[in-house]
Amino acid sequence: MRPSTSHLRELMGKRDFYAGGLMVLLGLFIALKGASYRAGTLMHMGPGFLPTALGVLLVLLGIAIAAAALAPVALGPDGAEHEENQRILPENPQWWAWFCILMSPVLFIFFGRYFGMVPGTFACVFIAALGDKGATWRGTLILATVITVFGVGLFSYFLQVPMPILTWWGAQ
Amino acid sequence: MIGTSLESLWYGFGVALEPHNLMFCFIGVIVGNMVGVLPGMGPLATISILLPLTFGMKPVAAILMLGGVMYGAQYGGAICSILLNLPCHPPHAVTCLDGFPMTKQGRGGVALGLTVFASFVGASWGITEMIFLSPLLVRAALQFGPAEVCSLMLLGLLAGSTLARGSPVKGVAMTVLGLFLGSVGTDLETGSERYTFGMTELDDGIELIALALGLFGIAEFMNSVNQVAPINTKYTHVSFKDMRPTKADLKQAFFPMWRGTIIGSLCALIPGTGPTIASFVAYATEKKISKHPELFGTGLIEGVVCPEAATHSSVQGDFIPTMSLGIPGDAVMALLLGALMIQGIVPGPQLISQHPDIFWGLVASFWIGNIMLVLLNVPLIGIWVKMLAIPYKFLYPSAMFFVCIGVYAANNDFFQVGEVVAIGLFGYILLRLGFHPAPILLGFVLGPRFEENFRRAMLISRGDIGVFVERPISAVFIALCAILIGSQIYFRLRGTKPPIEPSLHTHDTGAPPVAAEMRTPAE
Repeated sequence: MRPSTSHLRELMGKRDFYAGGLMVLLGLFIALKGASYRAGTLMHMGPGFLPTALGVLLVLLGIAIAAAALAPVALGPDGAEHEENQRILPENPQWWAWFCILMSPVLFIFFGRYFGMVPGTFACVFIAALGDKGATWRGTLILATVITVFGVGLFSYFLQVPMPILTWWGAQ
Repeated sequence: MIGTSLESLWYGFGVALEPHNLMFCFIGVIVGNMVGVLPGMGPLATISILLPLTFGMKPVAAILMLGGVMYGAQYGGAICSILLNLPCHPPHAVTCLDGFPMTKQGRGGVALGLTVFASFVGASWGITEMIFLSPLLVRAALQFGPAEVCSLMLLGLLAGSTLARGSPVKGVAMTVLGLFLGSVGTDLETGSERYTFGMTELDDGIELIALALGLFGIAEFMNSVNQVAPINTKYTHVSFKDMRPTKADLKQAFFPMWRGTIIGSLCALIPGTGPTIASFVAYATEKKISKHPELFGTGLIEGVVCPEAATHSSVQGDFIPTMSLGIPGDAVMALLLGALMIQGIVPGPQLISQHPDIFWGLVASFWIGNIMLVLLNVPLIGIWVKMLAIPYKFLYPSAMFFVCIGVYAANNDFFQVGEVVAIGLFGYILLRLGFHPAPILLGFVLGPRFEENFRRAMLISRGDIGVFVERPISAVFIALCAILIGSQIYFRLRGTKPPIEPSLHTHDTGAPPVAAEMRTPAE
């Protein structure tokens, strides 16, 4: 295993390399932040003891995961599948749909907080439904309306979730 | 001993048959079944989405309903895998192998009918085990000091993360991450805040619901959106009449069913080997002892009945360590335990004596619920079949609403809805990097108790870490941990997969249904 440029490039294309890297970064973050809390002694452990230990452990595990990516691929009978497994993004990335799904709770927070449950629910379902590639304005509107009526009925009237149904700039 | 168990069971039936408890069990079963049938909704997603509905309830009613949701969803998943060839839950992956060919031959109804029956047999056996083994286990566990509890938890965590699907190292990494997430918030012992970054909303820690819905809801939707192949409903015309098996079918199913049940209950006794492994082992065994192994995969009744019985018997068996020791075997159990903790109930060996109504009520309601499941599924099959056809584009936006309102309703706090967005995005990144997020939940639920017991053990031993191997019971658990890690390294070095690891590739709770469909060799 010579460390050459081509080898490095091959390594960079491997998913486990990034997976291990992410764990190392997370572990470092946890351990460094944990070190700022009092560690105490083994007998009287402070708040920082366990998190710091976990952070260090995570760094080690991350290195192990990344190192496994270095090793020659232990191919199973199905080499093709292994190839597919190395892809980080799916074959057809759905940036718009992902955006819609993540925006859905954000809009729920905004509209729910300031305008009440009805606008919150409507916005949440509406934006999420727009993410589907076959979405039409009409279908999306109908779906959002149906879920709003049903959801407000269930959660506000039946389960008594204390959230105003309609309000103006959050008289909460 | 047996007498007291039966007496307690009688008391449990009294609790479970109280009208409002019975009603919530019924609602749980029917809603769980309904949501579980929907393609792409496994038990984890179903339970997390329905969890908020139980907040206002009394603890007994809440846990009875969630128990109902769990096995309802489990059975719903079987319908989905037999009729559509879509395993929404990993244990059902093997059911697809013979279930879907049966559907193509027009015998899907029979497969479903026998599945109901096999599940009932498997579950009943598991419940019986639970009745007699739990009190025994509790008696042993009450002798445990903090050191034993600690090493037992370690064993549970290790087994849960290495024996599950995917790379064992990645599984352990996820467990460690979960343990860390469990430590966010105010430290119980010293009162100091950890990793809150000045956000007072994080003082009470990360909300379990937000974590579960982020990982198994949002991350899952991001994974499946626009990736789900149009559902093939060509074979899904099953009516009530088709479900009746003939005498020959029953005869063929009888022994495999019992073999599956026994395998499932044995798997439940080994920590960490949940229903997935049980169903794979059951299928493999059935194939091995069969006179005509070459016919497996072409629609054999044995290939459906045996793994299904094993799944259900092992799921019920998994409740034994969860309820009597407070140590869940997989993410589903961790979620149920988390639900109990939300209700203010401390899990552990004292649970059965302190809250007999919960434990024995739950045991009795399992039986009642399983009978309901049999009775419901026969006449309602037509409705379930129609639900299979609901397109994903209606499903996930509606589910998003349930996610948002559910997280909000946990504490009436919009901040936690924000938490769910962050966790969902992070969960999706983890999924894409080949991590299975289920062990995170396991670590998260056990984390605070692990830390507490670890501290106590260290205090008692005056800071001597050797206490874990000096005390005999604890040493046994540590030895088992070492064997577990050692065998994983051994198999890795030899370049073979551990025999327990199913050679089939299907998706975990994490991977997209569409990928599972591509990889399932049944089609």
